[in-house]
Amino acid sequence: MNIALNITQTFQDWLVGFMPEGAASITAMVIVAVIYLMIFAVAGLYLVLLERRVAAWFQLRLGPNRVGFQGLLQTMADALKLVSKELTGTDRADKFLYNLAPYFVIITSLMALGIFPFTQGFQAFDINIGIFFLIAISSIGVIGILLAGWSSNNKFALIGAMRSGVQTISYELSIGLSLLTMVLLTGSLQLSEIVETQKHGWLIVQGHVPAIIAFMIYMIAGTAETNRAPFDMVEAESELGAGFHTEYSGMKFAYFFLAEFINMFIIACIATTVFFGAWLSPFGITESLPWLGVFWFLLKALILVFLMMWFRWTFPRLRIDQLLSLEWKYLLPINLINIMLMAFLVWQKLTIQF
Amino acid sequence: METTVVNNNFKSEEYFINMGPQHPATHGVLRLLLTIDGEIIKKVDPDLGYIHRSIEKMCERDSYQQIVHLTDRMDYLSANINNEAVCLAVENALQLEVTDRIKVIRTIIGELTRIASHCLWWGVMGMDVGALTTYFYGFRDREMINDIFEETCGARLTMNYNVPGGLMFDIHPNFVKRVKDFVAHFKTKIPEYDRLLSNNVIFQKRTMGVGVLSKEDAISFGVSGPVGRASGYSCDVRKHHPYSALDQVTFKEALRTEGDTYARYQVRIQEMWESLSIIEQLIDNIPEGDFRVQTNAVIKLPKGEYYQKVETARGELGVYIISTGTKNPYRLKFRSPGFSNLSVLNHIAVGSKIADLVAIMATLDLVIPDIDR
Amino acid sequence: MSYLSNIYNGIKTLLTGMSVTGKYFLNARKGAITQQYPDNRATLKMFDRFRGEVIMPHDENNEHACTGCQKCELACPNGTIEIIWDRGIDEVTGKKKKKIDKFVYHLSMCTMCGLCIDACPTDAIKWGQNFENSVYDRTALTRVLNKPGSKVRAGIED
Repeated sequence: MNIALNITQTFQDWLVGFMPEGAASITAMVIVAVIYLMIFAVAGLYLVLLERRVAAWFQLRLGPNRVGFQGLLQTMADALKLVSKELTGTDRADKFLYNLAPYFVIITSLMALGIFPFTQGFQAFDINIGIFFLIAISSIGVIGILLAGWSSNNKFALIGAMRSGVQTISYELSIGLSLLTMVLLTGSLQLSEIVETQKHGWLIVQGHVPAIIAFMIYMIAGTAETNRAPFDMVEAESELGAGFHTEYSGMKFAYFFLAEFINMFIIACIATTVFFGAWLSPFGITESLPWLGVFWFLLKALILVFLMMWFRWTFPRLRIDQLLSLEWKYLLPINLINIMLMAFLVWQKLTIQF
Repeated sequence: METTVVNNNFKSEEYFINMGPQHPATHGVLRLLLTIDGEIIKKVDPDLGYIHRSIEKMCERDSYQQIVHLTDRMDYLSANINNEAVCLAVENALQLEVTDRIKVIRTIIGELTRIASHCLWWGVMGMDVGALTTYFYGFRDREMINDIFEETCGARLTMNYNVPGGLMFDIHPNFVKRVKDFVAHFKTKIPEYDRLLSNNVIFQKRTMGVGVLSKEDAISFGVSGPVGRASGYSCDVRKHHPYSALDQVTFKEALRTEGDTYARYQVRIQEMWESLSIIEQLIDNIPEGDFRVQTNAVIKLPKGEYYQKVETARGELGVYIISTGTKNPYRLKFRSPGFSNLSVLNHIAVGSKIADLVAIMATLDLVIPDIDR
Repeated sequence: MSYLSNIYNGIKTLLTGMSVTGKYFLNARKGAITQQYPDNRATLKMFDRFRGEVIMPHDENNEHACTGCQKCELACPNGTIEIIWDRGIDEVTGKKKKKIDKFVYHLSMCTMCGLCIDACPTDAIKWGQNFENSVYDRTALTRVLNKPGSKVRAGIED
């Protein structure tokens, strides 16, 4: 196993020079965690800004353009405002769960970020069950949403939370199966190895037809997983006000809000890693410059994020029963057939490899 | 004993939930008391009166010229048509014959109002089913009409442009050109509305077969306007009792038979086309003549009862005046379309889901100040 | 078979919808309908008939056209206009004549219906196009429209 890819390890090697090994590994982990936390909290804020500008351009508006150059500091200002706001709550809310819920949501989404290979050697934690870990961690977030809705002592929030539970349980299947389809090609769950495999062509090219079907299913299920329109039954502002986070204010609300955007980024990152060759440049044009991998990775991820924004600002919302029938009657059967198709392809060596 | 306990554990429990008076989908201060079982609606109980301003009582205080501006504030999206209703009622009572110019201008302005109202409705309909972008596209087109109104009438929403005996002032010199520009612009936009929303598979699934209102029920609930026409009830006042210049034009009454939310949606889209065609027939030859027929400074209606109905963007608006021969009406009653349309809500929403209720509310196209007055 | 055609039609209509919004996205630069209001004050021009507030134009001799006939006060549905008048000696004819002392206009009560301006026989009051009427104190909304020391223009009769 090529552990040297791992930035935690690089840090640790450096720290071992002046402290005992146990302390060095803990310090390295903490430093990397803090760096990641800072980078992605800011990145999340800029995703919010991106969403607002993109939405504005879809809707013949200008979007935020006052705070800082072209509004670049707008979401920073919003975050500052939210930090300074009073944290309100309802009477007879389950205070412990009520306060716990936002952390469930934000921590799980930040945890998932740790294992993405942003470029060669820039990966905090190269776990050998990478894909499995991602699927597992992304379904913990829904517990936070359920807790938030349940403990708020608000019926609208409760309806939103219950919808979220139903939705995530269903769409978890599609995400898992569509990623499993691609794992058939790589033969490994480790993200760095998945990238290695793609040096012979991105998986969406290698797997051609079933890979494209898997990608479409993944994008639909991924949008549902992040609770974004057209699957935003959980918030459904025209039906439930604000859904599960109706009763949250200030920074607790900001955690939910930020988590939504980081989750969107995570979904795009998984798709980038599994379907589009992570940090590999198209046709290997910048293979000699590994640090450009960050650029390629972010470019691919942001294109996918843009696609999800495009969905959100175009489509009407589904109804809860239609959401379920889409999953169980359409996505799941197609997915199962698709897996068989992919298995046949791999067995008969019909994949395209350069 | 044990079996009852088990049964209780699995018994579904109904609960109440307050939708409104502050809720994004009720478009104002309407309060709906919902009885819900899970997501299924068992009963809808509308609670009115949050924006009651006693307009009818204020009308008894005001002179007939002053009454007109109060009607702006009822159904503010069809302000001009409301104004026209009162003016027509007063003119009929006085047996005052207005010039053709007045009639034609009133009709054009009325149809523009209808399109503006439907544009707003379309945007909000999309927003209610979750497609936020439609809101801005609808408002962009409505803005062009509002500019026309602002240039000619002086205000964008509460125009008060009609007075008993004609119009407050003549149309602005740019009026004809602007209206023609708008008609040309809007003809390219309705197909876009269709591509974006009407044909969208999610939207069709959300609306088809939802909130079905049969023709019989439509008639017995006193429903009017696009809601009634979607159920196959031919109730267009413009067709059956033409007023102003509506007898000079040819147009089709938008009729559907399904009676569901999608039919109500399609009727309104169809009405926008028909209104465009009415405007096109009239705009090129607005007859010359006076824009105002002189009335007495103090209008006194002869003793008696007078009724005038018009078709607003929401349905049939009736103005019923009882006069005792003084300068104020003894009693003035508005039969507002929104009130009757709201009354079917419980009938058609029971058994559907919360999301359906929002879609049904959107196509009933309620304006709350119109319901409460 | 209808299962597959459902999927095909569904995806087709969704892509059509995306093409509509996508077209607007690509033309976002020139398509924006936003008016950046406080910035565009210099170029913002209201329509001639725009009803912002009631004003009483005075000419260079500080003369207005209001004879104090109170028709506007009668026409107003809300009691927005209050005319405090007096009788004075007309300088030209030497007769006793009604003249205004104060033309009080309560902007806070005005519904911009235009009936007063419609009723005015001498066109003494008009629509002003100022719409930035927000103030910190509502007493500032009660205005006296005739300027101090102004008098009615000669030759205006009601």
